[in-house]
Amino acid sequence: MNWTLAVPELVLGLSGLAILGVGVLPKANTHFACAMAAIGAFLLTAVLVLGAPEGTGFGGQIVSDAFSRFTRVLILIGAAAGVALSLDFNAKEGMDRFEYPVLLVFATLGMLVMVSANDLMALYIGIELLSLSLYVVAAFNRDNERSAEAGLKYFVLGALASGLLLYGSSLVYGFTGTTNFDRIADALSDPTRASPGLIVGMVFIITGLAFKVSAVPFHMWTPDVYEGAPTPVTAFFAAAPKIAAIALFARVLGGPFGDLAGQWQQVIVVISMLSMVLGAFAAIGQENIKRLMAYSSIGHVGFALVGLAAASEAGMRGLLVYMVIYLLMNLGAFAVLVAMRRQGRAVENVTDLAGLARTDLSMAVWMAIFMFSMAGIPPLAGFFGKMFVFKAAIDSGLWTLAIVGVLASVVSAFYYLRIVKVMFFDESAGALDARPAALSFVMTASGLFTTLFFLYPAPLVAAAAAAVASILG
Amino acid sequence: MGGITEMAVSLAHFLTVSAILLVLGVFGIFLNRKNVIVILMSVELILLAVNLNLVAFSAALGDLTGQVFTMFILTVAAAEAAIGLAIVVIYFRNRGTIEVEDISTLKG
Repeated sequence: MNWTLAVPELVLGLSGLAILGVGVLPKANTHFACAMAAIGAFLLTAVLVLGAPEGTGFGGQIVSDAFSRFTRVLILIGAAAGVALSLDFNAKEGMDRFEYPVLLVFATLGMLVMVSANDLMALYIGIELLSLSLYVVAAFNRDNERSAEAGLKYFVLGALASGLLLYGSSLVYGFTGTTNFDRIADALSDPTRASPGLIVGMVFIITGLAFKVSAVPFHMWTPDVYEGAPTPVTAFFAAAPKIAAIALFARVLGGPFGDLAGQWQQVIVVISMLSMVLGAFAAIGQENIKRLMAYSSIGHVGFALVGLAAASEAGMRGLLVYMVIYLLMNLGAFAVLVAMRRQGRAVENVTDLAGLARTDLSMAVWMAIFMFSMAGIPPLAGFFGKMFVFKAAIDSGLWTLAIVGVLASVVSAFYYLRIVKVMFFDESAGALDARPAALSFVMTASGLFTTLFFLYPAPLVAAAAAAVASILG
Repeated sequence: MGGITEMAVSLAHFLTVSAILLVLGVFGIFLNRKNVIVILMSVELILLAVNLNLVAFSAALGDLTGQVFTMFILTVAAAEAAIGLAIVVIYFRNRGTIEVEDISTLKG
């Protein structure tokens, strides 16, 4: 019972309760103070994670290793930026209630538990803590019909996904006699002993996780939820929870089911291919930019899963590097989306960005950099993310997957470049409102990372390699 | 042998019932065109299928882990139902209906 391993999670959980305690004090409005405290709690937790010892704790329920440290820091950065993006927007939309930062703290706690889970039970508790918080924040603008509908749709499909994941867990438990990842891996060390029931269980678990990362064919909730939820909530959805779910995917398939790679590789190849193709084609006709970003994120999940499909150390490393780059360019692009307000009202169509270069050049330039990077144009960061995963796929002999990926990437360039064209060459649709400093900060920080990543990629790649080595063991 | 044949309820029987419950739950979500409350009931059905599976395996394996897992699932399912109903309530306040067919403002 080594509880010191869970100190970062305990600190974050207690901070969440403390913020909740402050929030309910009968003061005028505690939203801003609570949001600031939440950002502080995320940063404090990140520091604790960096100094955390390694090992397994709580009877093997959780594990602290290089992989969980890498992904936890990433999640905390995404969550802190997510809160920063919401500050001004929530106040202007009249949803500046203190519950918002509190829910994000608990969602983040769920994500931390997910990526350090070493047991199907801890995995389930983490996923549910995340999901239950996210259902509520999706419907957070409770007087808005679209927000309520987004919450309802997310709830129904999320609950179904959890059910399928659990059914898979129950079969895996039944056919291996344990829920612990290490012991499942031991039981499966001879792949010929894997019974059909166990394979069915594993496929159910993959299905549940595919729902959570919104990979095709389990993506149908994503466009509706991204469009309906308030923009900062969409920004949060597209950032940290995606990282956590992909990381969990990598840990579950690389760790306990690592010896069954021959069984799951085909499944991942198919869902990865479908996600890339759908992400590329379905986004073309979208006018609502949040919906467009939803399809874009489906496509990015497809690219990241190419790394998982490679089922090799290089592939997993590519996956982690891809997710870091995805997180930062997405945060930047969503900072622009949150800043899209005209005459005090949020606007969210692609045409609302028309002529942005003439009214706000710096924002237009950053947005253009994010779009070029997402399209995978060198020397921006997005190019390197794609290069790592495609290289790993080719080294594993998955030529078809790599070729489909490159073609999907070319098609997706069409809609990313369309946004750039609208910003720089179309008639101005009128100036946007002045943006708050927090958005400029997130935009600039992620823009600098995206632009300058190619100068010094070594530390990130080395950290990702160390993280992967700890799960593939 | 009299009229009664000896037939113990085996693990396979439990797994079959549980699989049937799971399929009923999934179809309840996708084929249901009436009411969101029915969807919530279907979700509960899926979770009960899982619980039955876990308890049956736990008994067959002589291992308590499955029953501990079941306790966690029961607790979380209660929280999930509470949140689901809360979301249904705010949806009803906005739209005045919870017919599944009417939940279609967002599409494209």
